[in-house]
Amino acid sequence: MKYRLTLLMIAVFLTAIFVGCGGDKKGRGGARSDVQEAAQKTYVAPGDLDEYYFFASGGHSGQVYIYGVPSMRHLSTIPVFAPYAATGYGFDKESKAMLGGYTWGDVHHPALSETDGDYDGRWLFVNDNANNRIARIDLRDFKTKQILGPIANISGNHGSTFVTENSEYLLSASRFSIPLPKGRYEKIEDYATKYNGVVSAVKIDSKTGNMSVGWQILMPPFNYDLGDAGKGPSNGWAFWTCYNSERAIGKLEVTSTQKDRDYIAAVNWKKVEEALAAGKAKMVDGVKMLDPKTAEGIVFLLPIAKSPHGVDVSPDGKYIVGSGKLQSITTVFNIEKIKMAVEKKDFTGNEDGIPVLNYDAVKDAEINVGLGPLHTQFDDKGYAYTSLFVESAVAKWKLGTWEVVDKVPVAYNIGHLCAAEGDTKSPDGKYLVALNKLSHGRHLSVGPSQPEASQLIDISGEKMSVLYDAFTEPEPHNAQMIKADKLHPIEVYPKEENKDPKAIWDVKDAKVVRNGKNVEVYMVLVRSSFEPNKIEVNKGDKVTIHMTNIEQTTDELHGLGILEYNINVVVDPGETKTIEFTADKQGVYAYYCTNFCSALHQEMQGYMLVK
Amino acid sequence: MQKYLEKATSFFEIPIDMRSRLLILLAAAMLLPSFFTPMWKMTLYSNQFPDGLLLNIYSYKLEGGKTPNQDDLKEINSLNHYIGMRPLLNDDFTEFKWIPFVFGGTILLALRVVVLGKMSKLVDLFTMFSYFGVFSLWSFYHKMYIYGHELDPTAAIKVPPFTPPMFGHQTMANFEVYTYPSTASFFIAVMPLILLLAMWLSRKTWLNEH
Repeated sequence: MKYRLTLLMIAVFLTAIFVGCGGDKKGRGGARSDVQEAAQKTYVAPGDLDEYYFFASGGHSGQVYIYGVPSMRHLSTIPVFAPYAATGYGFDKESKAMLGGYTWGDVHHPALSETDGDYDGRWLFVNDNANNRIARIDLRDFKTKQILGPIANISGNHGSTFVTENSEYLLSASRFSIPLPKGRYEKIEDYATKYNGVVSAVKIDSKTGNMSVGWQILMPPFNYDLGDAGKGPSNGWAFWTCYNSERAIGKLEVTSTQKDRDYIAAVNWKKVEEALAAGKAKMVDGVKMLDPKTAEGIVFLLPIAKSPHGVDVSPDGKYIVGSGKLQSITTVFNIEKIKMAVEKKDFTGNEDGIPVLNYDAVKDAEINVGLGPLHTQFDDKGYAYTSLFVESAVAKWKLGTWEVVDKVPVAYNIGHLCAAEGDTKSPDGKYLVALNKLSHGRHLSVGPSQPEASQLIDISGEKMSVLYDAFTEPEPHNAQMIKADKLHPIEVYPKEENKDPKAIWDVKDAKVVRNGKNVEVYMVLVRSSFEPNKIEVNKGDKVTIHMTNIEQTTDELHGLGILEYNINVVVDPGETKTIEFTADKQGVYAYYCTNFCSALHQEMQGYMLVK
Repeated sequence: MQKYLEKATSFFEIPIDMRSRLLILLAAAMLLPSFFTPMWKMTLYSNQFPDGLLLNIYSYKLEGGKTPNQDDLKEINSLNHYIGMRPLLNDDFTEFKWIPFVFGGTILLALRVVVLGKMSKLVDLFTMFSYFGVFSLWSFYHKMYIYGHELDPTAAIKVPPFTPPMFGHQTMANFEVYTYPSTASFFIAVMPLILLLAMWLSRKTWLNEH
């Protein structure tokens, strides 16, 4: 082990040097593939459609980016945790309220809703690592519909939003332990005893998709990292890796890497539900919290080589695959063996009352996949694909025989990887996207702020081959790839569905209503005019504008921008949006359509006159 | 002359035989599709609308093609307003009120012929319906003419007055417009032919008997 670690350290060191000397333009040895074949496989002719949707997390941009596979074309952006001027998100009353005053979020792990362990195309959930939130995007209209949080007791919602087999729950966890409940001060020196982590499940309403905090478990002050929900035989279980079981503080790079093993926390959520029914939960900051000291059998720890990162459940639900950045092996646990060890109480210790399972009794294999293994995805032929951060490669290995059969280099430093429906019960195989952290030298230089790289890899054959380099918005962590025919989005909001009491559908109903200092404008947007095209207010008036785009044709969007008033909204066909502001600047301010609509788009304008 | 009139009069007295009565019933049935299928169909293709904008004209309403992502009638009106054409609104077509009524009346008249069984009544029916048919076509053409000619002089885009095609293809601005009769019209067109057949058959029967 010591010897292997030394080797690893050298490798990390060399990689650092290599990355540091990225200026060497000739040195992009990276992945090359047969150019003609790759071009044919990725070319989507004008007017033709892609085969898969690829939903990439936008990291600290707070958004979700949609790409088409195999073309890797960026199709659209779904604003989630940050205002997005292009669609007016965060400017109108509703989206502003949803953002709750935050102007950024950190999206890491999108999760598509599932039915029977397969994507059902209903919702996409995404986490916010920074402000402890979770958002739900409705795939009927590709819009963010709900933002839950900041979630009580969760600090650094990184181990999120993996969904259970039938979308009963999605996972949530604390990456950074803190004194609980939030708002309490404890000295950092008391970290090991007075700080706590939390693993949690957010309940999803099966009809509406509405999210609410289901339950939480009070955990030792480790850093809970990544998770996955069980399926098939492991359905009813949830898994999270955790680093820093040293409970160290300060320079974690050193202090948290002293022990040879950390853990995967395995939660039996069926048992959690029983404990809740038995009234074993305490309310902490309004949330049902279980303490493993008093609620036995709900959580166990699986020892795993130090500082693990990803944990992924195989399509058949039998294997739990854990990988750590500081090792060269991927560990495979067997759910049946875990259940057996739990039953036999085959424990080798405990952490704050949480039993630690006997490593040798629960593991099926240790696979030498390569340096810095992180995450694993699956195909339809029984193979697993593990990303190797340090090695900048993807390793392909066989479930059951545990042999590594192929390896392909990527450019560079891969984090997550996403195979076509690769985390469901029935992966499609075919395509895999490597989500790389570094891209230098692979694209025209754009200065110091470099894009991330997403590389499309063909996994249909025995040998993997890199087909295409795409450069994605910062910063894709995880992604989800779903067959295009599973989604049936609308492109127009049907008039009948618009229940906004302030909606109007006829230019004749357009009006300005004054009530004291409140001015309410009922506005119609239709090619190519605003009705009313004149709004007279007094300085200091509170102005509310309800805008209805009465078009019922796809792609006929209209925008409203008011000059120097920092107002910008885009209203989709059939949609009503409301903006509120105070007319605090005197003078005449034009407003105009921001979203090109027609031959007379330039003429679509009006004046706000502030007396 | 006298002889001819006598012959004509005697023709009008010919009784309608059973077979012809059944045919008249069939002819009346030919009007039924007009209560639920379109009479005329207009399709407008352009670069932006490769699948076309569809307008179905029924005897009692206008209906645009409708997909979840597009309301064709609304879209046609949105586009037409740029050239100052008034919107196609169901309420503006008085035809939609009286045409179904006339069809209903015609069916009743046909039943009357079946019961009374006289050639004169059948000729009445044929003549009235033919007149009605020609009038309807003229009315339709006139409507098209009005819509294409009475353009708002303040329109953003000035186009010379025009009449949209009744049959066939025409290029209008960036649109290729195709207009053709639709299901109900084909049935209606067959109707007078069946009546003629009924006349001929009854006359043949009568001639054989005399």
